[in-house]
Amino acid sequence: MWKTILRRILIMIPEVIILSLLVFLLAKAMPGDPFTGSINPKADPAQLHHLMKMNGLYDPWYQQYWNWVVHLFHGDLGNSYQYQEPVTRLIGSRAVNTLWLAVFTTILTYCFALPMGMYAAKHEGKLPDSIIRIYTYVTYCIPFFVILIIGVWIFGYVLGWFPTTGSISATAGPGFSSAASRLYHILLPGILGALFGTVNVVQYLRSEVIDAKRSDYVRTARSKGVPSKDIYRHHIFRNSLLPIAAFAGYSITGLLNGSLFTETVFSYPGMGLLFINSISYRDYTVITALVLIYGILNLLGTLLSDIILSIVDPRIRIE
Amino acid sequence: MGAETNFLDIKDVSTSFKINGKYYDAISHINLEVHRDEILAIVGESGCGKSTLATTIMGLHDPSETKISGEVNFEGTNLLTLDENGYNQFRGAKIGMIFQDPLSALNPLKRIEDQISEVMNYHTDFTAEQKHQRVLELLDQVGIVNPKRTAHQFPHELSGGMRQRVIIAIAIACKPDLIIADEPTTALDVTIQAQILDVLRDIQKENHAGIILITHDLGVVAETADRVAVMYAGQIVEDGSAEQIFDKPKHPYTRSLLRSMPQLDKEDDELYVIKGNVPSLQKMPSTGDRFAPRIPWIPADVHEKEPVMHEVEAGHNVRCTCYQSFSFPDEMGGATA
Repeated sequence: MWKTILRRILIMIPEVIILSLLVFLLAKAMPGDPFTGSINPKADPAQLHHLMKMNGLYDPWYQQYWNWVVHLFHGDLGNSYQYQEPVTRLIGSRAVNTLWLAVFTTILTYCFALPMGMYAAKHEGKLPDSIIRIYTYVTYCIPFFVILIIGVWIFGYVLGWFPTTGSISATAGPGFSSAASRLYHILLPGILGALFGTVNVVQYLRSEVIDAKRSDYVRTARSKGVPSKDIYRHHIFRNSLLPIAAFAGYSITGLLNGSLFTETVFSYPGMGLLFINSISYRDYTVITALVLIYGILNLLGTLLSDIILSIVDPRIRIE
Repeated sequence: MGAETNFLDIKDVSTSFKINGKYYDAISHINLEVHRDEILAIVGESGCGKSTLATTIMGLHDPSETKISGEVNFEGTNLLTLDENGYNQFRGAKIGMIFQDPLSALNPLKRIEDQISEVMNYHTDFTAEQKHQRVLELLDQVGIVNPKRTAHQFPHELSGGMRQRVIIAIAIACKPDLIIADEPTTALDVTIQAQILDVLRDIQKENHAGIILITHDLGVVAETADRVAVMYAGQIVEDGSAEQIFDKPKHPYTRSLLRSMPQLDKEDDELYVIKGNVPSLQKMPSTGDRFAPRIPWIPADVHEKEPVMHEVEAGHNVRCTCYQSFSFPDEMGGATA
């Protein structure tokens, strides 16, 4: 098993190199520059050119790429033009916020989706199944940012049950009080994300359970005289949850991508909000760093899925 | 004899499946008896309803998709009147079933030991240790060389023959009175087939069980069966002792089957082939002899309108009277081209 994992990690190296190259070139290809918007519009254009030159922005692209990579290996992702702060520090604090939100949303999603998927499959073709199917597809069809905006408006603004901005209340004390305040801030985006992000897990699980129900090993179990509720518990659910467990690694990365909307609507200081802001400011260093991180997280998510699957499925263990 | 005839008595059983909202008979009006200490073979081509009969006895059909009528009297109980819980008292305990495809019939994620001892969880009050011992004993009994090792393995780590042995071990774990073996050797090569059949026979002797052996392999039947029932298109067309069926076959279908078997002592270049196919459920003729379309050289008027079983000898029954005037084209001399 360690061999398999090691090989998967080795394969990731060329993937990351290609990813970094793409990320860098795409960022360079964006029109505009990081300084025009931030200096006095009446300033001498020569001064602007001087600034660009000082920051190495006139060097050939491979030179710039190489500098970037060398610094990357020293843990230096450069300074943000916008915030005048090291990118690592800038991202660090926000990454934690985003991770909290993603993990919390994932857990909630599974809490909603697993029972729904199982219940639907158990009553396949009957009314509960249809209701759940309609629910998942309707929620899937509504654009997520629309849900977020409506959610913020109703529960944050009209009813006032939840905070609408930030990741922690300014008045929160240390320790428990701070943790509670953080949780309070991710509660609404988490619940909305979970309620409207069930379609994948529900439909996937539903079809897995239905397949398992019709499988020969379930027929064998029935011929042993195992009562139906035990067949569900020991055979059907366990076997159907395998691919779902593997899917979890991957779905976290999906949520990281989804955080772009959530964080923007909730003004939640995470990577997604930082990303959007950086794009409007042409903050190259931050953009490249973020896209690279998103890309690597996606690769890691897939790796995580493979590892989970190799742990839970004995058929993959050998090799 | 009285107690024996009450062992398994199938009376007028029909099973129909719902296809696009309509019910179609997969087996119709089956009458069969199985006794202790006997192997009854059910033979026929694929799609004749052999497996449907087996799963009907086991109660494995989804009641929302199937309609079953008739009686399956087993040791004095009509199984078809039981609910799920009632059936579970019989399944695994008094009736064991051996399935056809040994790979898909085992749960890929459970160790062999757990899959065998599962049946004991519901029908015995063995302790964990007793169950463990019984598992090793069973694996040894079905001819697995290293029971300790196999018990800890997963299905994908075993060969086809070993998996089939495990399936048998599950079926016999609680020493059932009746064993239904649905094509137990089809997926295996010939040497393993013979071993598996030996295992089945040994178990039968030990437990005095009755065995229903479902197969399309007449070689297997000749080797093992005491009595034979030939099924065609959901009906039994002939039944009798193995000698009666093999030495004095009557029904055209039985004779065709036997004739399409390769024989070592004959040097025929070509094997007899039964023309056509078993009709599908939706295209099953509702009247007349269901086999008639596949022996078109026989005039229609020799078939009964509603073919019924006729006793030709003690214990030997044949459906329809067409057998009296049946012969193969090449046996009819020069009369027909």
